[in-house]
Amino acid sequence: MLSIGEFVADLSNPLLTFLPKALLIAVMSSVVCGVIGCYVVLRGMAFIGDAVAHAVFPGLAVAFVLQGSLVLGGLVAGVLTAVLVAVFSQNRRLKEDSVIGIFFAAAFALGIVIISRAPGYAGSLQSFLFGSITGIPDEDVYTVAGAGAILLLVALGIHKEIVAASLDREMARSAGLPVFAIDLTLYVMVTIAVVISVQTIGNILVLALLITPAATARLLTDRLGLMMVLAPVIGALAALVGVYLSWSLDLPTGGTIVLTATLLFLLIWVLAPKHGMLGRALAGRSGRGAVAAPAEDTETGVVQQAATRV
Amino acid sequence: MSTGPERHAVPALQVRGLAVDLGGRPVLHDVDLDVDVGELVGLVGPNGAGKTTLLRSVLALVGTRSGTVRIDGEISRRARTQVGYVPQRHEFSWDFPISVEGVVLTGRVGTIGWLRRAGVDDYRAVREALEKVRMTDLRHRPVGELSGGQRQRVLVARALALRPKLLLLDEPFTGLDIPTQELLMDLFLELRSEGQALLMTTHDLTGAMHTCSRLCLINRTVIADGPPEELTDPQVWIRTFGFREGSPLLTHLGAS
Repeated sequence: MLSIGEFVADLSNPLLTFLPKALLIAVMSSVVCGVIGCYVVLRGMAFIGDAVAHAVFPGLAVAFVLQGSLVLGGLVAGVLTAVLVAVFSQNRRLKEDSVIGIFFAAAFALGIVIISRAPGYAGSLQSFLFGSITGIPDEDVYTVAGAGAILLLVALGIHKEIVAASLDREMARSAGLPVFAIDLTLYVMVTIAVVISVQTIGNILVLALLITPAATARLLTDRLGLMMVLAPVIGALAALVGVYLSWSLDLPTGGTIVLTATLLFLLIWVLAPKHGMLGRALAGRSGRGAVAAPAEDTETGVVQQAATRV
Repeated sequence: MSTGPERHAVPALQVRGLAVDLGGRPVLHDVDLDVDVGELVGLVGPNGAGKTTLLRSVLALVGTRSGTVRIDGEISRRARTQVGYVPQRHEFSWDFPISVEGVVLTGRVGTIGWLRRAGVDDYRAVREALEKVRMTDLRHRPVGELSGGQRQRVLVARALALRPKLLLLDEPFTGLDIPTQELLMDLFLELRSEGQALLMTTHDLTGAMHTCSRLCLINRTVIADGPPEELTDPQVWIRTFGFREGSPLLTHLGAS
């Protein structure tokens, strides 16, 4: 295994220029995914995140075959699929999750068929699905940096509207917020975050970059602001350690980054001061923190009661 | 408040000839209802009577077939943002990592406007609202750790942060124990004595008889509307709820 010093030396080795580029893109996309992932986790949108990740695939394939911009291709495909899901969900006989299930699998299948027409089929398919740190063109670094910066600015700009709509749609609507447009914006933001991350981490694993750091951050804090700082930090840490381990042990990059993030999650799950397993065990013993539990129970009762009444 | 006492001639809420269809089915027809400043009006009726639909049409959340809704004399959609809405507690994501103060501030999100941050006046409104519901000392607490009664208070404060002309409450007492209900009722009576107009749906008929200044019995349309002590005709209760003749509930309500 390489020491950290050797890794730094490799990063500055002119023969290995792809390595710092890959590291930069991995860290930038984890930061962006960490922030956007907070919304995904808090709204319980993980399934939609997965759907979007699959839906961008045909767009990437078309862009790859036509030698066009991957970001643009992925974005078009992702938004198109989201619109199709929205339209087909109008049929009351089908629930939205079924419609999502149909269209994201279809989009993925289309991507596979399209990319099979391209020369060098097996290699390019594998790098799309599982990520690759080689062969990233310079301009992609700028695209990811630019798209990521715009995404973070938009998130900052409409943060309070997203929060209000996530807390309570009915109240948000009554306050005059365009709840549907806010949801759609959030889907597009998730799509862009996925597209810029696909290159290094791969189509299948990109979901972990959205969910795992944000979920880990949630275990550490009850404050949204802090959560949205912690999640990108955790994501960036996982990307940094993941790229280092994958380079020094010759492991696939995407998989190593995701496993590092998962390890961090498990660690925090056990050790988190307030919501971790250890913290709860300690609180249970000293009798503190038991205040919230009974209230939680009554609340569930209320929900059930209300549900039967409606 | 921007409204002087001279404008009290205008009711906070005036509904005239309201008809609402949901999915092509008539839910409400010919509804007339006023709520004046300093009034606590109870909206009672059986399940499916259209109580929640009436609240939602006041907020312009459902389309109306005919009729008008005036808030403080104004008919425009913009006037609806002068209405504070307290939905049922289960509509809110209580697992969200946000403090009491943060939730109350979201009540002003429509007033603050896009791409703007909350200003001094917004924080002042939040502080006043928390003071009114007596949650000031819990303002930094994450909402997930609150009891049922405290949660209801937070939702009331969120609505009050708008400094609304009218407060709409959807089943505020459901699932709360009696002492918590009484504390909450004291709060509503206090708001009423401060000149707030309140309209509340409830299933607690006896509680409503004791505390509301006026009751509106509704089943697809207004069956009866008046102060509790005047609702002594058993027929209106029977028509609204389908009670049996001689039901002990009627005696209980003083209408036999």
